[in-house]
Amino acid sequence: MKNKIILMLTLVLAIGAVATGCGGNESTLNVYNWGDYIDPEVLNLFEEEYGVRVVYDTYATNEDLYVKMKQGGSSYDVVIPSDYMIERMIREDLLMEINMDNITMLDKVDDRFLNLDYDPDNSYSVPYMWGTVGIIYNKTMVDRPLTSWADLWDEEFEGEIIMLNSQRDTLAVALKKLGYSLNTRDIGELEEARDALIEQKPIVYAYLGDEVKDVIVGEEAAIAVVWSGDAVAMMDENPNLEYVIPSEGTNLWFDAMVIPSNAQNAEAAQQFINFMTRPEIAAMNADYIGYSSPIPEAVEMLDEEIQNSSVAYPSDDMLVNTEVFKDPQDIISEYDRIWTEITSAQ
Amino acid sequence: MVNKNLKRLYTFLIFAFLYAPIIILIIYSFNDSKFRGDWNGFTLRWYIELFQDREVLRVLYYTFAIAITSSIISTVIGTMAAIGIHGIRGFTKKTILNLNYLPVLNPDIVTAVALMALFRMARLQFGFLTLLLAHITFSVPYVVLSILPKLKQMNDNLAEAAMDLGATPFYALRKVIIPEIMPGIITGGLLAFTLSIDDFVISFFTTGHGISNLSIYIYSMARKGINPTINALSTLMFFSLVALLLVINNRSEKSEKIIQERR
Amino acid sequence: MKLKRIGYPYFLWLGMFILIPLLLVTYFAFTTGDSQNFSTFTFSLDNFKKFMSPIYLGVLYRSVKIALISTVICLILGYPIAFIISREKPRVRNIMVLMFVIPMWMNFLLRTYAWLTLLGKNGILTKVLEFIGFEGVSLLYNDTAVLLGMVYNFLPFMVLPIFSVLTKMDKNLVEAAEDLGANKVEVFSKVIIPLSLPGVITGITMVFIPAVSTFVISGLLGGNKSSLIGNLIEQQFRYTGDWHFGSTMSIILMVFILASMALTSKFDKDKEGGGGGLW
Repeated sequence: MKNKIILMLTLVLAIGAVATGCGGNESTLNVYNWGDYIDPEVLNLFEEEYGVRVVYDTYATNEDLYVKMKQGGSSYDVVIPSDYMIERMIREDLLMEINMDNITMLDKVDDRFLNLDYDPDNSYSVPYMWGTVGIIYNKTMVDRPLTSWADLWDEEFEGEIIMLNSQRDTLAVALKKLGYSLNTRDIGELEEARDALIEQKPIVYAYLGDEVKDVIVGEEAAIAVVWSGDAVAMMDENPNLEYVIPSEGTNLWFDAMVIPSNAQNAEAAQQFINFMTRPEIAAMNADYIGYSSPIPEAVEMLDEEIQNSSVAYPSDDMLVNTEVFKDPQDIISEYDRIWTEITSAQ
Repeated sequence: MVNKNLKRLYTFLIFAFLYAPIIILIIYSFNDSKFRGDWNGFTLRWYIELFQDREVLRVLYYTFAIAITSSIISTVIGTMAAIGIHGIRGFTKKTILNLNYLPVLNPDIVTAVALMALFRMARLQFGFLTLLLAHITFSVPYVVLSILPKLKQMNDNLAEAAMDLGATPFYALRKVIIPEIMPGIITGGLLAFTLSIDDFVISFFTTGHGISNLSIYIYSMARKGINPTINALSTLMFFSLVALLLVINNRSEKSEKIIQERR
Repeated sequence: MKLKRIGYPYFLWLGMFILIPLLLVTYFAFTTGDSQNFSTFTFSLDNFKKFMSPIYLGVLYRSVKIALISTVICLILGYPIAFIISREKPRVRNIMVLMFVIPMWMNFLLRTYAWLTLLGKNGILTKVLEFIGFEGVSLLYNDTAVLLGMVYNFLPFMVLPIFSVLTKMDKNLVEAAEDLGANKVEVFSKVIIPLSLPGVITGITMVFIPAVSTFVISGLLGGNKSSLIGNLIEQQFRYTGDWHFGSTMSIILMVFILASMALTSKFDKDKEGGGGGLW
């Protein structure tokens, strides 16, 4: 009996050594990213080139990431939050300044993605991807072209609408529909948005995250609120789909790579950030995940079709009506309260 | 007889209900399409990909490493604890038994957040160690509960007699008590192993970066569309477990026969 | 007996990993402040006041209601099958019990996920329903789907304890009742059911507790549309980071469950068995 247990333990440890790549002295890099937001091959290339083992994990929303970082107990070397969350993390001293001398590829990034409001001196972040939020719908299942957020309240589409299971994005939809700024600091407006979302609940099919892609591509529902990059990936799989930026305006967002202040391996983190900014790598990554790269040279390497796609790379006049999220600062708890009330309503 | 047919139908329906999703999973592990819902023909490629997927192998390793280590440790602690509890009386015994019951009765999520708070306050790095401690914590009570009845059935005088005859307490434990309660220990150990393999909620709250067991991995995948390799993996695990059970069943039937023949 | 000392390490363990964590959660529940910074904690009952609003009480009510319904369905479906199995020959009986246990050895998230494939708008079940004339029924992302997920996952927890009590039951009692002239219905209602009550109570406990606190089933099959208390707790700890309110809800849930257990155990005469018929 004892021998068997020892045998089993040895076996497990042996498998472990093989599965985890023989461990040894090589340094590790802890990357924490959105689900489905990187080409796994890129990670392999990085590991080969730098001899660093990448431990990769994913989260579902900015808030999820924030809580994980804030409560400690885990240390990450590179994370990829969005604009407003970066602003908040800088404010709360959760990020480390990046030595931009090590990011030799920074000049490859289009100037319009640098020195943005969330990181005015561009000392904490390097852009990763950008995009919009809009409506994707199936032309064969919906009898008219959709143009506005208000369409999502149309009872005709009962049971066909999928909303995002994400606090800021979903509140933004309702705020825009009501004609307010998606950065409103007026509690009354936020509560109006809450009531609108609660009123909408009966006709919503589900509140989903990344799994929305399966449902829309498989034609199980006709309409969904999605990020533009996911829209590109879905339209690639199913030609009946159409993406639209609603007339009321929408959210323009930027995701950027940052290094948490408690990172264990800041050196490898900077190597990684630089590596990801290399045009050929950025192109490979953008091609795989469907999102829009902020690096012009990378964009030029993509298929003509994507380059000219107004979904992935909208022209400036399509973006006039957009807003970038800002950190709500002192009223964050109000956002949390209102979101909890929405998800708790029947 | 109508009654008998009705019974058969009912039994069939219940089992159909239990096995329908499992059959679906097995069928889709051979489906030549990444998306659920459409059937594109038979393939074995998910099985091939399974053994090339570094991530899946790592997850599998952690799942079994945690399950085996935690079930061995909790079986040892649980056996010692059960013998200890058996030896005490009165208020202390009641208190300890009730405390032992808490993780069994408490919803997983409460146990999970409580342990998370503890590890956070102790400033532990969330990862393998915290996961292991959590698994031991929720397994031991079940081990204790499966051993206690066996101890009750045992004749206490046996151990006393052994010690009167000069055996050290440890010797008496090893040669008299442990063999008597072995069935309980085995049940407890198996239970601990099963609980650990299948746990999601407590693991979800107590693990750290890069350490995922099968449940956590599936949960994160369910949010972006499950990769059919996971179906393939489950199919393999399912059939190996069934095979294992059949072997055990056969063996125990054989040994039962032998015992009966001897009588 | 000298041997009782070998239990001490576990008593220490109990204190460290069961008692202290629960005390910590209680402490969090009765304080407010920045969850990550102990020095900001101040004693307060605000979290409890907050929970007493119609929204949160509504969520608790809904969770209890759905959990109760699923428990009742499990009992109605499970008792007859447990009874049928217990009347089989030992060989068949063993195989059938095994068949109840085997599905539990497949990851429960995966089994739940498989229901998505069955219930989706293009899923097999929906197609079958359409074929027999039920057009446009939506099976997924609603309370029915959540209920189904609960019944599916927890049914074995109801069947196994009832089964184990029924097989241990003294057959002579049934025969004696028959000899004394009781008919089948009377034997069933006056002898078998009362004698199997401990198993039923264990079963109810083992279905109700996971059902009332789940956040996975309601998330996956309910499409995050309406939260259960488990979802709210998860949300506080993982997304909003308000450990205080999360702890308050955990404590309320725990007290609620322990109180209802204490209540049911009054009916449970077989307490000494420790968990009724399962062990």
